[in-house]
Amino acid sequence: MSADSTPDIGVTRAESCVIACAEVWREAGEVMVSPFGTIPALGARLAKLTFSPDIVLTDGEAALMVGAPAIATRPADLVREANMPYRSVFDVVWSGRRNMMMMASQIDRTGNQNISAIGPHAKPKVQLVGVRGAPGNSVNHPTSYWVPDHTVRTFVEQVDVVSGVGYARAAAAGAGATRFHDVPRVVSNLGVFDFQTPDHTMRLRSYHPGVSVDEIEAATGFALTVPDDVAETRLPTPEELDLIRAVLDPGSLRDREVRT
Amino acid sequence: MADKRTTVDDIVGELRSGMTIGIGGWGSRRKPMAVVRAICRSDLTDLTVVAYGGPDVGLLCATDKVRKVVCGFVTLDSIALDPHWRAARQHGRVEVMEVDEGMFFLGLQAASWRVPFLPTRAGLGSDVLTINPDLELVRSPYGADSPYLADPADADVELVAMPALHLDAAIVHTNRADAAGNGQVLSPDPFFDPLFLGAAERRFMTTETIVENGTLADEGHPLSTVPIHRMLVDGVAESQGGAHFTANPPDYGRDEKFQKEYAAAATDPAEWEAFASRFVFVGDDEYKAHVAERQA
Repeated sequence: MSADSTPDIGVTRAESCVIACAEVWREAGEVMVSPFGTIPALGARLAKLTFSPDIVLTDGEAALMVGAPAIATRPADLVREANMPYRSVFDVVWSGRRNMMMMASQIDRTGNQNISAIGPHAKPKVQLVGVRGAPGNSVNHPTSYWVPDHTVRTFVEQVDVVSGVGYARAAAAGAGATRFHDVPRVVSNLGVFDFQTPDHTMRLRSYHPGVSVDEIEAATGFALTVPDDVAETRLPTPEELDLIRAVLDPGSLRDREVRT
Repeated sequence: MADKRTTVDDIVGELRSGMTIGIGGWGSRRKPMAVVRAICRSDLTDLTVVAYGGPDVGLLCATDKVRKVVCGFVTLDSIALDPHWRAARQHGRVEVMEVDEGMFFLGLQAASWRVPFLPTRAGLGSDVLTINPDLELVRSPYGADSPYLADPADADVELVAMPALHLDAAIVHTNRADAAGNGQVLSPDPFFDPLFLGAAERRFMTTETIVENGTLADEGHPLSTVPIHRMLVDGVAESQGGAHFTANPPDYGRDEKFQKEYAAAATDPAEWEAFASRFVFVGDDEYKAHVAERQA
């Protein structure tokens, strides 16, 4: 659980994050996987090329895409299999045939996510992009989160504006909110987290190679559950590493999102 | 058949201060920017803008035309945040009704279908309900003993009642149209443009080219590229480049260089004055000339 456990094959932090994201979709089945961010996009493609061949990916515009091409592929070179304009995306979202990973400017102990504003909503200290589809996504289908910069400012006790709904807020809102609510994972540049605790508060699921539990706790603005037997995020197989490096991201865009 | 041809200036002449105006497109894509600029240089004020927000919202805020924005987000796509919108919000210069982007769609759909609300799970448990205290919940009338209840988990379930988003006017931009008001979108996503028009009292479309009625399906384009029919449109104005600098493929992509200049102009008042005097407070011909000068 310290820096010297980094293996000799030289797996970078970004590559550990890709593996952690891919694992989110191991059991996803035939659903639309919508990854936000470079590393989740790589994770989704890696999952599709290996253990989750049935998942459905979009071309980033208005279509479903065949295969899992490199992330920097020009739109003209993509092969498409079906139409998926935004109007139809809501049919997918509200029928639950989706499993997505959004980004979070703030994430909190019970799984609330914020992408709306920092500070009071009426007059924000920092205006962010807006709640987007987070409220609806989070109560209709599994919604995980990706935080490329894990600090006490991003992992907070309570987010400023609840955009994606966490466990306590869903429970308080009743059966309409809880029926399809699921926050499977939070992946950060330091580790992997879930809510598999009796009160659905955040738990450390694994720490990335080269990261210590102490480092994660120090970068988290609330008390994190740390199981005694918490393990390291698994290493990529040689085949997975080759897919990431040679096929999906030869330009190393992943290193721009997370540096080793 | 009525000839609905009009001009950008005449469209803006039909708008009034205080109106609620829907603007089609999505983010920095296929926005009716020629009309937006014409609103910026008009004496209209106090508008409520309803949009999947992009630089339309930013420009209208930067020129103090807006009292309130109804949106789920404002983004320039290739630049995550519109700094003009950001400044307006952080200085408290504009009200916002911020809702989930699916709730937004249902609001337009409800207005278009003439029902007062549509139910959805979207919004439950989120701060969308606390920052918009007038949003109400609705309890399903189908209880445990109803023959229509498909799943016991939904008995008497409480959902968000997304209110109809009624628009005084809506404006969209398309690739081609005819004088009767049929509109063609040649990029893969019509977004919610037909619903903006359906939710509005007065409905306007600008378009790159007006062609003869009945010829939109020529050149091999399937009729599925014509999502806007003439019952949804009161006026159509030809406006070549009318979505610049937002993306309007296949006619043109986003002018990324221009968009960067637009964003950079938010950094200080002098920058904004310089930008606005060339690219906002000018007529369409002058605008195009200034855009062309930069590219030369």
